[in-house]
Amino acid sequence: MEKQGELEPKDVRLLNAIIKKYDGKKEFLICILQDIQNVFEYLPRKALIHVSEKLDIPLIQVYGVATFFKAFSLVPRGGHTCTVCLGTACHVRGAEKVLDKVKRSLDIDVGETTKDMQFSLKTVNCLGACALGPMMVVDDDYHGHMAQNKVDEVLKKYSSTF
Amino acid sequence: MEITLNGVNVQVEDNWSILDAAKFYGVNIPTLCYHEGLSPYGACRLCVVEIGKGDRTKLVASCLHPVKEGLNIRTHSERVIKARKMLVELLVARCPQSKILQDIAASMGIQKVRFKPKNDDCILCGLCIRMCEEQMDAKAIGFVSRGVKKRITTPFDIKSDKCRTCGACIWICPACQLRCQGPEADTVLCSSCLNFSPSCLDLYEDAMCYMDPCVACLEDKKIKKENEKKLKSRRKNK
Amino acid sequence: MKKVRNLQDLETLRKSILQEKYSEKPCIIISEKSTCCYLSGSKEVVEGFKDGLKNFDLENQIDIKSTGCLGFCEIEPIVILEPKGIVYQKVKKEDILEIITETILNDIIIDRLLYVDPVKGKKCKTEENMPFYKKQRRFVLGNNRFIDPLVIDDYIAINGYKALATVLEKINPEKVINVIKQSGLRGRGGGGFPTGRKWEYARKAEGDPKYVICNADEGDPGAYMDRSLLEGNPHSVIEGMIIGAYAIGSHEGYVYVRNEYPLAVKHLENAIKQAEEYGFLGKNIMGSGFEFNIEISRGGGAFVCGESTALMASLEGKPGEPRAKYVHTVEKGLWNKPTNLNNVETWANVPLIINRGADWYSKIGTSSSKGTKIFSLVGKINNTGLVEVPMGIKLREIIYDIGGGIPDGKKFKAVQTGGPSGGCIPESLIDLPVDYEKLSEAGSMMGSGGMIVMDEDTCMVDVAKYFVNFLREESCGKCVPCREGLERMGEILTDITEGKATNQDLELLEDLGGVIKDTALCALGGTASNPVLSTIQYFKEEYKDHIEHKKCPAGVCKALITFTIDENKCTGCGMCIKQCPQDAISGEKKKPHKIDQDKCIKCGACYNTCKFNAIKRK
Repeated sequence: MEKQGELEPKDVRLLNAIIKKYDGKKEFLICILQDIQNVFEYLPRKALIHVSEKLDIPLIQVYGVATFFKAFSLVPRGGHTCTVCLGTACHVRGAEKVLDKVKRSLDIDVGETTKDMQFSLKTVNCLGACALGPMMVVDDDYHGHMAQNKVDEVLKKYSSTF
Repeated sequence: MEITLNGVNVQVEDNWSILDAAKFYGVNIPTLCYHEGLSPYGACRLCVVEIGKGDRTKLVASCLHPVKEGLNIRTHSERVIKARKMLVELLVARCPQSKILQDIAASMGIQKVRFKPKNDDCILCGLCIRMCEEQMDAKAIGFVSRGVKKRITTPFDIKSDKCRTCGACIWICPACQLRCQGPEADTVLCSSCLNFSPSCLDLYEDAMCYMDPCVACLEDKKIKKENEKKLKSRRKNK
Repeated sequence: MKKVRNLQDLETLRKSILQEKYSEKPCIIISEKSTCCYLSGSKEVVEGFKDGLKNFDLENQIDIKSTGCLGFCEIEPIVILEPKGIVYQKVKKEDILEIITETILNDIIIDRLLYVDPVKGKKCKTEENMPFYKKQRRFVLGNNRFIDPLVIDDYIAINGYKALATVLEKINPEKVINVIKQSGLRGRGGGGFPTGRKWEYARKAEGDPKYVICNADEGDPGAYMDRSLLEGNPHSVIEGMIIGAYAIGSHEGYVYVRNEYPLAVKHLENAIKQAEEYGFLGKNIMGSGFEFNIEISRGGGAFVCGESTALMASLEGKPGEPRAKYVHTVEKGLWNKPTNLNNVETWANVPLIINRGADWYSKIGTSSSKGTKIFSLVGKINNTGLVEVPMGIKLREIIYDIGGGIPDGKKFKAVQTGGPSGGCIPESLIDLPVDYEKLSEAGSMMGSGGMIVMDEDTCMVDVAKYFVNFLREESCGKCVPCREGLERMGEILTDITEGKATNQDLELLEDLGGVIKDTALCALGGTASNPVLSTIQYFKEEYKDHIEHKKCPAGVCKALITFTIDENKCTGCGMCIKQCPQDAISGEKKKPHKIDQDKCIKCGACYNTCKFNAIKRK
């Protein structure tokens, strides 16, 4: 789907199917937006407008929800999402140093994407896997017991150019 | 029903908030995000008052808290004044160019702001949003993001087709008024109409200046001396 | 699947399940169906045993039960061999053949796979021998051991849904509320509000429909009790919710699960479906005429949505902004209707109370805090895991007797409870009994159950800064004290950790903390100052070290530490040069090396690498 362009008919059908899955109920706005993001890799503008009309929620409210929650991205994200856990247990075991190393290796800050669109960097405040901390997730893969000197070898697994 | 307001038992309507009751009886509680014609929001926290008795008191937002039978309210207690001063310091540090904030700071006798100025335009009181939604029925603007990144804008930061350019948001905004050009307008605090700290807080547990005229500052020296003695012994026994 | 019509039906079903599946067959229990067990490789262990048993023609003689979290996370993957109860730790695929040939076929114990108690150095064969379990009372979490979370029959086999059947058949709603009141159950999410009283208010509140919500937005970093309960025993939570809904008069329930728990959502969805098939959910539950349905809604990544009014706003399709609770949510909650919200662990305690009785439950714990509490014991501790202990147990017992003490011989410094709303409890208070009131009096709080142990290498100012920064990120931004106040507290704390602060700044920090506590709109802001104020209370000297002496005694705050190489100890091996990301170390082979302070970014990689203790951190 083109960036912020008009919705194609098949995109509209897809959005409607997602909305129907939740009976178009307002209680599932976040679930609907998550499903949309899973398909499109981000929340396109026209998709939000469509949801606002179908669910009868004012657009500014839908936009407010989309910007309030960390799970959502309004811009397309880089190929591999790298998330470092900064929960207390991980913090006490040195998660900040792992994050610093990732920032140095990828040359980006949290919330940014590398120039070649290979990686984007996020942080999360506790994944609930504290026994394995410090934790780093790349896409859907969890990597536990991280340390500064393990970061590069993990990142190498996802990108040949890294 | 009956409540106790600053030590005085008064009658109030069942559906009033504490702020309604205070206004009715002429007690001046400072507000910022409150406006009579809009729903209360309770975000600025300037209108906090102390309710309860003894050890179990707490501060609540008077614009939102409903009156309850027998509720004991103190609008200008030491704890309340301390809180309001700190809140105004935080607000002025965020938005020093707002005249209303400078006026509130001056009326409270705030003499310094201990935080680095941010020079933001908006204090996030939300009056514009509620104006747009409740009075103008447009819902064109709203809050976006959260925490310190929170701001007020239209969807996607582009011109909204719901906005009728009525200007009501600008009209109601308390920050949209430049601060007066007092003699020291370059500093964070305007300070031109400086009030000195009420002396009553040195003598009493509640500030007296909500009474008009304030009696404590006009006391003659003899009574003042007697009261000082009383306070010293009271504080010793605490 | 035939629907269960009443208590008698359920008992018949239970007996038939036991006959069919649970004969005297030996069984291998592996905790696979839990996020972190999965990540430590338990899936391969399960597959390995399946293949292994097949190879030895044993697949019909020995069962494999794949369960949720067993609690002792430090030694995952765990394998328990029933009926003898032998526990093997950190089992790898390579160990499976030996386990089958030695232990299963020949009753020989494999010593190297046994857990060794770090305090006494003894090897432990079974759970009974392990000090980790001795002082625990695993009434709630212990059932994970017997259940494959994807198989409802496992839950029924251990008297699952019996409480519900009993309630619907024999106990009227008001009586149910009385039972819960008498038990003394208090909210396990952190607030500690008496659950029975909350249900009573909800029942009496005017309005229709009424809602029941399970708060599974476990946001406290370091806490994962709710995740393990939902993943390992979702039916206990569902059963609790149905009983609660019956007591209150609600027919619609929501479980609000945080976005970061996909496995919990999966297991819950499966459990709800199976419960509906058996007639435990839906219309006319067990022939009682009572109808109740549960929907799952997910969070979007916001800690503040653990706060009940923010959660409800989020369920209404709005941003998760809390509102003041001057009118309680039991009267006006979701869609302005009476809503009863409880935490996962609270709901899971309900069937237990109905089955064993309020009398039995109220005998556990202290006079004000009844029952057990599940804590996630993490951080600088030997036995990381989820521990379920009776209220009133001392912190010392949890940290040393159950937790096995601090690793690497380091000294205990503080234990943080209550997450970002809690505080740090120092060594001087280590004999504090764990109970809602006592923890609050000490300047902390029970919270949802996170218990993070810290040692001499933890800087308490850094911990305060960490929590303030966490809350800055998570604040909804509505009210001035939280939004502006937290940011300014963060600025001051950063100045302290960089050696730029003065004593007046410390005073300002305390004043600001007090005002935030007094005036914030919701509990996030209202408790935000706790980590700061409690560390200032108990660790003032450490703050003074940073401010007056510009030193960080724990060696954490980068601006205040320097790494140097002791020339007398350096052997010139060059390992540190290889590790340094900034090429800041120079030196020839076999000659003492040197760190260029201008290039050094204080990452500590060299310090961690040096085998000769030649690198000093001051």
